[in-house]
Amino acid sequence: MVASRGSSSNPARIPALGLRVFLLMLVSIGLMYLDQRENHLDGMRRGISAAVYPVRLAVDAPVRLWRWLGDSTTSRNELELELGRLQAERLLTNARLQRLTALEAENARLRAMLDARPAGRDEVRVAEIMAVDANPYEHNLIIDIGSRDGAYDGQAIVDADGVVGQVIKTGIMTSQAILISDADHALPVEVNRNGLRTIAMGTGEIDRLVLPFLPNNADIRAGDLLVTSGLGGAFPAGYPVAVVDSVTRIPQEPFADVTATPAAALDQVREIMLIWSAPTVSEEDVE
Amino acid sequence: MSRDRTSRRLPVIITLIVGLMLTIMPLPDAAAAFRPDWLALLMIFWAMQLPRTWSVGSAWIVGLVLDVSYGSLLGQHALALCLITFATVRFHLLMRVFPLSQLSATVFALLALYQFILLWINGVAGVSAPPVTYWGPVITGTLLWPFMHMFLSGVRYRSQSGS
Repeated sequence: MVASRGSSSNPARIPALGLRVFLLMLVSIGLMYLDQRENHLDGMRRGISAAVYPVRLAVDAPVRLWRWLGDSTTSRNELELELGRLQAERLLTNARLQRLTALEAENARLRAMLDARPAGRDEVRVAEIMAVDANPYEHNLIIDIGSRDGAYDGQAIVDADGVVGQVIKTGIMTSQAILISDADHALPVEVNRNGLRTIAMGTGEIDRLVLPFLPNNADIRAGDLLVTSGLGGAFPAGYPVAVVDSVTRIPQEPFADVTATPAAALDQVREIMLIWSAPTVSEEDVE
Repeated sequence: MSRDRTSRRLPVIITLIVGLMLTIMPLPDAAAAFRPDWLALLMIFWAMQLPRTWSVGSAWIVGLVLDVSYGSLLGQHALALCLITFATVRFHLLMRVFPLSQLSATVFALLALYQFILLWINGVAGVSAPPVTYWGPVITGTLLWPFMHMFLSGVRYRSQSGS
């Protein structure tokens, strides 16, 4: 620690204060420059973040305790109700799954006939959200999976209903993730109905995305489901992203004003899933 | 001697850790914009009271920890916190004899400077951030200051009479 340790005769004078501030300012500016330009400082960031990890755990402890209490004191009656609901749901899902297996087999067969590469299955792992980032300008999360578990920068995150966001900074035990609603986030999507490709951008509001690059004559209407197109490289294709809720066409403007509501409950999720995209056969191998 | 020094530093370190916990504690969106800059307030207090032990170097390290927990540019909070601590240490004798109202006004100015530096760095680095919530932390921080001052003075008095 760079604390002052000068002669202690005169408490009013702190030795070389100005010089130290000047040096620290230079170091700060240097750090910011390096951090902005390249990711040279990831190791340093990881080190400090590992040091802060116990504090994060301590902050998270009351929430965990509360949830544990809630889980362990649920009445028998409620549990039975929940069990009934889950069983009904499982029956339904199973019925759908049977069709899915048949469809998957059919899909594989058709793809084989077309000589296309097989659509691999993605590997998924459940992660828990430890904290929502304190910075009100940004929609960030801290999750409890880090490079130790194989997470990597740019990895896609989904919940049960759709895409949530992606990992942006991988720590050792925790990672920072950005939500699709963050004003700095953009995601390549396509309209499920007709395959129209575009970009969905965050707005900084948790329940709204915009599609700013659609011309006035684009075939899109309220109620359309947007799914990931897989073109950006980060997200695997076919995960639901949002539902279009309004399309306003202004004749003078070149682009239509299209807004959408994220499919995932971005402000309510607690458990999320990280996706390891299936290793697909590369183009050269197919030839 | 070094044992004595550690025992005197411990209360300050504990307040800083509690401050960090309050800083990264999740809050509802509406309240998050008004979250006071706990660590800035703590650094102002300790730099004013114990400027020989808690000066710009410590502020810089605390700022670096803040940068990592906010996920902001590494060095941004470090620079801002370092500068307001410098101002505090420079004028700590004056600030100690200020009446509480005048001291609060000074703290207001320091917090506004802190936010301004953060916002300015955001602007230079091209990080987009809505300026609407700029005054929130400054106002709540200033309103909290008298209570924090009383509480921390208590902590300081106890820790010194205890050792």
